[in-house]
Amino acid sequence: MNFFQIISEIEKVDPEVYDRLDSRRSIFKHMTGLGQKLTAAAVPLALGAIFNKAYAQTPVGATVNDVLNFALSLEYLESYFYNAGQASTTLQSGLSATNKAALELIRIDEANHVTFLRGVLGTAAIAAPTTATFDFTGGKGSAGGPFADVFTNPATYLAVAQSLEDTGVRAYKGGAALLMSNKTVLTAALNIHSVEARHASRLRAMRRAGPNNNAASQGVPVAPYNAAPKSWISGTDNGGASPTQTAPIYGAGNNTNAPTNVTFDAESNTTQGGTNLTGLPNTTGLSAAAFAVAITEAFDEALDVTTVKTIARTFVVNGSTFLA
Amino acid sequence: MSDHSHLPAWREQSLGRRLFLQVSAASAASAALVVAGCDTSSTPTPTVDTNQILLPQGNQGMLYYAYLLSLAKSTTYQKVVDSPPGDLPAAERAIFADMRDHEVVHRETLKYLIDPTRAKALFPSDFAFILTRFTLTSRAGVLAAALQLEDLAAAAYPVIVPFFTTSNSYARTLLLKMSTVQARHAATVRDLLTPGSFADSTVVNSTGQLITKTPTEVLAALAPFLAPYVLSITCPDTNPSTDPGLCTANG
Repeated sequence: MNFFQIISEIEKVDPEVYDRLDSRRSIFKHMTGLGQKLTAAAVPLALGAIFNKAYAQTPVGATVNDVLNFALSLEYLESYFYNAGQASTTLQSGLSATNKAALELIRIDEANHVTFLRGVLGTAAIAAPTTATFDFTGGKGSAGGPFADVFTNPATYLAVAQSLEDTGVRAYKGGAALLMSNKTVLTAALNIHSVEARHASRLRAMRRAGPNNNAASQGVPVAPYNAAPKSWISGTDNGGASPTQTAPIYGAGNNTNAPTNVTFDAESNTTQGGTNLTGLPNTTGLSAAAFAVAITEAFDEALDVTTVKTIARTFVVNGSTFLA
Repeated sequence: MSDHSHLPAWREQSLGRRLFLQVSAASAASAALVVAGCDTSSTPTPTVDTNQILLPQGNQGMLYYAYLLSLAKSTTYQKVVDSPPGDLPAAERAIFADMRDHEVVHRETLKYLIDPTRAKALFPSDFAFILTRFTLTSRAGVLAAALQLEDLAAAAYPVIVPFFTTSNSYARTLLLKMSTVQARHAATVRDLLTPGSFADSTVVNSTGQLITKTPTEVLAALAPFLAPYVLSITCPDTNPSTDPGLCTANG
């Protein structure tokens, strides 16, 4: 019996056989239990059971598409934001050469994320929003919201950018729990979310060093981190760049309908998997309080879809159903 | 799975020849191959060598793997914090102190996940991450070392998270929460070395996705730092040719 030969034969008529088998990994676990008792005569029967289960799997379901369209909506929000920033000469003139280049790199990444997700979703992708869908001043269409100078003042622009990227990281993390059934899609989502975290790290460095600094990473963070944050989220960062609007980005989410073993805790959370990590061996030489802060920095928390939509709609005009 | 059956032995003994042979025998069994779903060519070749360490299969092995990454980084950054090079500015020393703190938290969290009793040694007593290959006496050397380790860890995490089975979803969630902190570290270190390189084309591809590394690639990169021990991991369920899995890279 050559198991791989069988798979190889099936692959000739069904190139996705590996995916089918792979995403039904529980059946392999089931096989393990059989392993020791399995006689040679029983092997074909057991393999038959594997394939029956694999092919009973439904294709990429509505839930996966919903999560991907949610991610696509957020990527549109980010992509349009960076496009508008790039188009503002006033804004660009207040940025150092390195920071301009960094923002251009981020802009291209976000545009690529839109393209990538549209490609994965195919005809299931939502329609592209118009630029009139968004009001990045937070004015819901008045263009005179709390971030009124977002496209003329580099400090405001970077504050909104950091807020969007930190939201994106938490949103993908929350969405990941809903994509566990499709490993290929999940891996892509995790890769994108890792890139969002790199963006967030860079934007935070730019904020603490100043928009016109050419060596952005060398600024010094200043507690409580609203204006000069660390590259990682420390506690709740005191509510972020503009607490009235941004505190929910770092706060707790809504655990209603959360997947099993998933909770949407605030970024200041120190309890992971039911264990309070402040009890871990502390070899850092830090005080207990400082060690607790380090624990909050060491984990980026997830956020639920509903809370993320509420945050993101800060930048959607009244009357639009985008991200509703 | 076989990791459950051999794990008590793994924990209770130093990883000597006898245990390794047990582990090798288990993974060589055809039943285990069916379970692993691996191409035969990617199965580690059993070698009679007391310094061979085969990480357990499944969830537990991935926790060991993540532990190894945090051990590498915490060891390196502790050295930087203890003896910072003279040309490393105060602001950057603070960054290394923060990263040391995070890696200690990750290391101890992973150790706890692997063995909640914290009583067992995860590796042989003389197993260590060797720093002599790094030049930790200059800013350039420190940043080069950090760049290598952070890029490795950031590229490693997105690959292993999807392979966690639901039987240990807490651990999977924790790795997910750690993964973006690795990315934040990597971007910071890259920018310290070369401003603007936080997400350049060596780490992010043309579709905006992170360029990941498989455990095989990561362990190969770490190998010189782990001598005389040689670590390997058994790829779990994946198709080497089409899957973004543990056995092959996805770009």
